[in-house]
Amino acid sequence: MIVASAGNVLVWIVWFAAAFACVGSAVAVISFSNPFFSALALIGNLGSLAVMYLLLAAEFVAAAQVLVYAGAVVVMFLFVIAYVGPRRETPWSGGPSWQTFAAVAAAGALLVEIVVAVGMQASGSLSHRSSVGADFGTPAWIGRVFLVDHLLAFEITSVVLLIAAVGGVILGSHTRRATT
Amino acid sequence: MDGPNVAWYIAIAAVLFGIGALGVLIRRNTLVVLLSLELMLNAGNLALIALSRHWHNGAGQIFALTVMAVAASEVCVGLGLVVALNRRNLSLDVDTLSELRG
Repeated sequence: MIVASAGNVLVWIVWFAAAFACVGSAVAVISFSNPFFSALALIGNLGSLAVMYLLLAAEFVAAAQVLVYAGAVVVMFLFVIAYVGPRRETPWSGGPSWQTFAAVAAAGALLVEIVVAVGMQASGSLSHRSSVGADFGTPAWIGRVFLVDHLLAFEITSVVLLIAAVGGVILGSHTRRATT
Repeated sequence: MDGPNVAWYIAIAAVLFGIGALGVLIRRNTLVVLLSLELMLNAGNLALIALSRHWHNGAGQIFALTVMAVAASEVCVGLGLVVALNRRNLSLDVDTLSELRG
């Protein structure tokens, strides 16, 4: 019992650390004036989200998150930011304009709407605790579910990635310049 | 191992989604708008995975992996657009890119 409660406290500590890192780095992403620092803050956000996925027994998704996002997507962002060059933009400069007020109000309304919708839909059913088996979220289990139950989603994902790669090549090719 | 229950994770996901939406609305640099979109997609992923564990249903994790692939595709096309804009010496400010003609 003592061991169980100590583990419980440890889970809460890790959760709070991950949650604060997550929200803090998300605020940093949208408030840095240099997009390079925003992209670096996104790495912290993705890392803390991976910790949360580990707490939620989603080991394979946590590993895929770190590999795909921090390893590929953010590196691509950093390359493009370095290619485009530094373009500073201060988000809160020039005092609060009506546009900023409207943006903050719209984002706050969206947040309130999410909270109200989730709370009304599932007010009581989210509080009970559920336990999962030891193989939940492991790569073997994910592979079985993905390639047996959700094979169509797997194939469609590969087609979407292929189309995106072709679109990226077409957008980046030099021949488009001659047509205009 | 019972830590925070699923409502805490949903709350964090909602806050992350709100921050991402705020970033999309207030930032004018196209690259930072794309980064804020990633924040919103990740908030959706967190909610999917939390509810996947809560209902003991693997479809949520599969959906989260699919969302990751879609996010990678979106970044690929979005950064291709940014590079194409930069090659034509256009501004990356989303307010000046309000019409699709180059």
